[in-house]
Parts: sequence; C-alpha cells; structure tokens
Amino acid sequence: MAQTITYREALNQALREEMRRDSNILVLGEDVAAYGGAFKVTEGLLQEFGPERVIDTPISEEAIAGTGIGAAMVGLRPVVEMMTINFTTLAMDQIVNHAVKLRYMSGGQIKIPLVIRAAQAAGLQLGAQHSQNLESWYAHVPGLKVVAPSVPADAKGLLKSAIRDGNPVMFIEHEALYNAKGNVPDGEYLTPLAKAEVKRQGKDVTIISYLRTLILAMKAAEHLADLGIDAEVVDVRTLRPLDTETIVGSVRKTHRAVIVEEDWKSVGMGAEISARILEGAFDYLDAPVMRVALAEVPMPYSKPLEQLAVPSQDDIVMAVRQIMGKA
Amino acid sequence: MAISEKRAILTKNELISMYKEMLLIRTFEEKAAEMYTRGKIGGFLHLYSGQEAVAVGFISALRPDDYVIGAYREHGQCIAKGTDPKYVMAELFGKVTGISKGKGGSMHLFDIEKGFLGGHGIVGGGMPLAVGVGLAIKYKKEDKVCICFFGDGAVNEGAFHEAMNMVALWKLPVIYVLENNLYGMGTPIYRASSIPDLIRRASCYDIEREQVDGMDVLAVRDTAERSIRLAREHSEPRFIEAITYRYRGHSVADPGQYRTKEEVEEWRKRDPIVRMEKYLKDNLFITDDDLIAIRDEVNAKVQEAVDFAESSPFPPPDALYEDVYA
Repeated sequence: MAQTITYREALNQALREEMRRDSNILVLGEDVAAYGGAFKVTEGLLQEFGPERVIDTPISEEAIAGTGIGAAMVGLRPVVEMMTINFTTLAMDQIVNHAVKLRYMSGGQIKIPLVIRAAQAAGLQLGAQHSQNLESWYAHVPGLKVVAPSVPADAKGLLKSAIRDGNPVMFIEHEALYNAKGNVPDGEYLTPLAKAEVKRQGKDVTIISYLRTLILAMKAAEHLADLGIDAEVVDVRTLRPLDTETIVGSVRKTHRAVIVEEDWKSVGMGAEISARILEGAFDYLDAPVMRVALAEVPMPYSKPLEQLAVPSQDDIVMAVRQIMGKA
Repeated sequence: MAISEKRAILTKNELISMYKEMLLIRTFEEKAAEMYTRGKIGGFLHLYSGQEAVAVGFISALRPDDYVIGAYREHGQCIAKGTDPKYVMAELFGKVTGISKGKGGSMHLFDIEKGFLGGHGIVGGGMPLAVGVGLAIKYKKEDKVCICFFGDGAVNEGAFHEAMNMVALWKLPVIYVLENNLYGMGTPIYRASSIPDLIRRASCYDIEREQVDGMDVLAVRDTAERSIRLAREHSEPRFIEAITYRYRGHSVADPGQYRTKEEVEEWRKRDPIVRMEKYLKDNLFITDDDLIAIRDEVNAKVQEAVDFAESSPFPPPDALYEDVYA
C-alpha cells in the first residue's frame, strides 16, 4: 500500500510524525505558525503542537538561524524554516561561521542537530532576488549536510532523517515541486542521507540530477527511450556528503555522463560531480562529461527570458543526443 | 576611587575567592602574553587585562548549571566559569589536552560541562545564539539563565538588534552584558556609534537596563545578583553596560598607538584588583602576608598551566578529520 500525496504534504507529514515522536523538536521561522508557512508546509502544526513548539519569528534571518543553533547547542532539535534560500544570505554568518563550525572548534563537545529548511527555484517570475539556487554555496562547507529531494517519498524520508541527524542540515526544497504528486509508503520509514538513488535503470548514458531537474531528466529519459537511447537516471538526493560511489558506479556501467543542475554552471554542483566522475571513472568514459545548467545571468523577470535561462527537458535530450553522437 | 558601598552581602570567603579569581585571570593573561612573544602561542591573542571585574563579578553570581556565551576576549570568562586554566593554556598552545582539543584556539574556548558555550570570533555572532539558549531554557521550564558577553563593537551589528528584539519579545532569561572598553579594535566609540551612550541602544527594545562601573568588582557583583535574580524568577532579559578598559591593545600584536599613555595610566589607577586588595585589607583585615600567600598560590597555578601546556602533545594527524560531523 502506498499513498499518493504532494511533495508539500510529504514534508508536512515528516514534520508531524517527528514532532509527535520527540518533544525536543521545535519548528520556528517567519510565518510558520498562524500563517502555516509561506508555502503551507507547516500548515496545521500550530493547531496540533501549540505555540511553544511552532513559533512565529520576526523577519530577522540572522537571529532566526542563531536561535536555532543556540537551542540545538543545549539539547533541542529545532527545524528552522528560512522561507526561501535567497534570504539565507542574511543568515550566512550564523550558518557558515557558527552552525557548521561549533562541533569542530569545540573539539567535539557540541552537537548541532539543526535542520534549516529553505525553498529555492526559478520559474515563478520572481526576479533575480527571489529565484536563486544556492546549493553549491552550502555544499562547499565541511560540517554541513545538504539535502535536496526531488520526489515526495524522498522529501518525507529525507526530512525525517535530517531531523534525526546530529548535524546541521541545509534542507533545500524546490518551489515548483510543492504540488507535485508521488507515491509515498505508508507508515514509518526513513530515507538515508548521503545516499544517491538510481531512479531509472539504463545502459547507454547516466543522467545525474536532483530537485526539479531530476523530474525533467526522468521525462527526458522516456523520450530518449523512444529514440532508442537507454538512459540511467541517478538522483543525487544529498549534495553533501556526496555519494560518489553510486554516481561513479553508474557511469562505469554506461560510460557516459550528463549532469543536469538548476544552479549556475561555474563552480556549481555539476562541476563537483564532474570532477568526481573524472577521478573515479576516467578510463571508463567514452565521451566528455556534459553539463546542462542555468544560464550565467541573474534571473530575468520576463517569462520567455526566464524559461530560456532554466534547463528544460529538451536541453537534456539534446545534451544526451550530442554525447551519444546522435545530435 | 572608593569601592561601591551598594552591594550584595558576601561572605569573607566569597570576597577572597573573587579577588583570587581576578588575580588568576590577570596572571594567566600576562603569562599568555609572554608565551606569545616566545612563539608558544599563535594566531590572535585578545587579552582581558583590566576587565577582570566584569567576568568575575557576573559569573561568581551564577549557578554552575547556568550558561555563559562569550566573544573572542573570553579567556577570563571561561576561567571564571570554572575551567581549569591548564586546559585553557593548553588550548592556546594548540595542544590536544586543550579545552577544545587544540581545534579552537584563543577565540574558540568551549567547556560544555561547565556551561561555557564559547568563544565566538565574529563580532556580535554570539548574541543570536543566546536567544536560542534562552528559548531552550524557557521551553524546558528550567530556571537557568544565560549571560552573553559582547563588546562595544557589537552594538553596531545587525545581530545585536535582531537578538535584542527577539529576546525582549519572547521574554527569555538572557542577560546581555556589554563590556564597553571604549574601543572596537582601534576605533573609539565616538567614531563608531551615533550615540556614545551605548546603554541607550537597549531602550528601543524596552529591556530593563543598568550601567555599572566595570572596574569595581563589588558593584558588578551587585548588579549581577539583581539582574540574574530577575531574569531567573521572571524569565525576562536584562541589559547591562559595564564600563571597563583593556590595558593592552586589541590583540597582543596591537601596540595600541591610538590611545595616549596618559589615558591608559588614568584607567590603571582604577585597577579592579588593586581596589579589591585595598578593600580586603581595610574591611576584612586581610594582611599583606595573606595577599602574598594568595599571589603565590595563583602564580603556582599559572605556572602549572604553562608546564601542562608545554608538556602536552600536539593533536595527532588523525585529529584533522575528527569532529567535522557528529
């Protein structure tokens, strides 16, 4: 048995189940309580758990992050919602200088079991300040875990694992996926952190992605099958620590790799994944690793320009055909 | 200058132990400076000499299970919270026996067992953490308090204002202690703050506030008792501005040429340790011999700390990758 629910509902279920299990879990952030969350992920939590555990904060990103860290230092397990990743720029000091480093700098005395949830995406015509993908900023820093689920089942299982983890976790959601539906197992389950998953088996080429572009990659793979190309699709799921084994293992099998990401190509996740493939599967490659990424521009507002900037299913199909010598 | 008459009732032992603690911190810091010039200590070394009355006055009024958060001039606060100076000195030496296993250094001392929650190197960075600690105390319905020390430079950081607003809004048992030593690195307050009267910074958050002579340990202790009691009993924040002075530069590498010799000398006349000595002699009939005995004891303790640090090993290579993740 499984239920078909949205990505949003899956996240909500994860929060509810974990909060029922452990009274040390608090949810805090801008408009998470009475309003139910900017993207309605925390809807109903206030009613069930009360204002002591579901806490509306002022619009003060640095202090919200710091509050989460301070509470985690002395034994709570806060889940902080930063609304969108664009606003985490205001909390960078607390995330990068404090959450991530306190364990190491204290010689292991401190644990920071903190989840920072942040939505990101382009595609909703929100302009350059609200349409960024900053996962590579956070994946750069040792001590942080960075999670990016693409389907409801993983959204739920990964969020539950992130909450139970003893480390600060940047949990990145995709704004355009909240209404996406998918099958989610009934009952209690956890999706392990730091494990990529082969979402589609194939033998000709590996497409590696996460978040919304993973969904596009799956669709592209169906299209490619009609063209006689059998694509394997790897969902990275956790961006740090990166599951090199699954990625490299797949490329060793298919001998070709296309990485699809919604962040900028320069110094982005694709660059890192590409380097790992070269380190681990160079001798297996029949073609250079290809990357499909965001245009190197601040996101434009105008719809046609915005669509042009973001990777599309067609871009993925074209990249695969090119790498297969069938462009 | 006379010592404050308005004060908490303290036993002779408490008074002596406050004196001893201040002397220990001073002696420790002067020894650390010596070790720095001998190349035993690296990095930045921000010394606390001159400010001892603030840490000792406040922390001596806490319970062992209360919390303290410091900034980067925190050796004295860590020692006052109960950490054996030998673990602090070993940390400064970068040794594996250091309180942070040699991973933190001067600016990042942590002693979780003693409730000392760091040592934070970013100006104002510890202030939001104190909000979280206060929130956890209130959520768990404990009657602990958290003292958060910060310098005058921090009042111009956004973190200060965000934290002050939240702590007041949520009525958390946090005591923010501004150690106003008049300089943010080499910049005097009047060149950094639109109002030189920094206590007014708390007024728009409607937090109960008080100014105290940070060179007078008994006055500080009295303010501490009062603010800690109110924070503990009513779960409310307090804001204290302790006016104090650092005798040395911003760090050991800073000769402090932005201040005049006369200014430093003026402040040294108000030395909290000298004043406390006089108080003990005048009021408790402590003799010079008693003071010499205390000094010998403190010197021995600091020497023991240096010997411990010196003879301790550096962290093994394996430690490089330890404690990145839990």
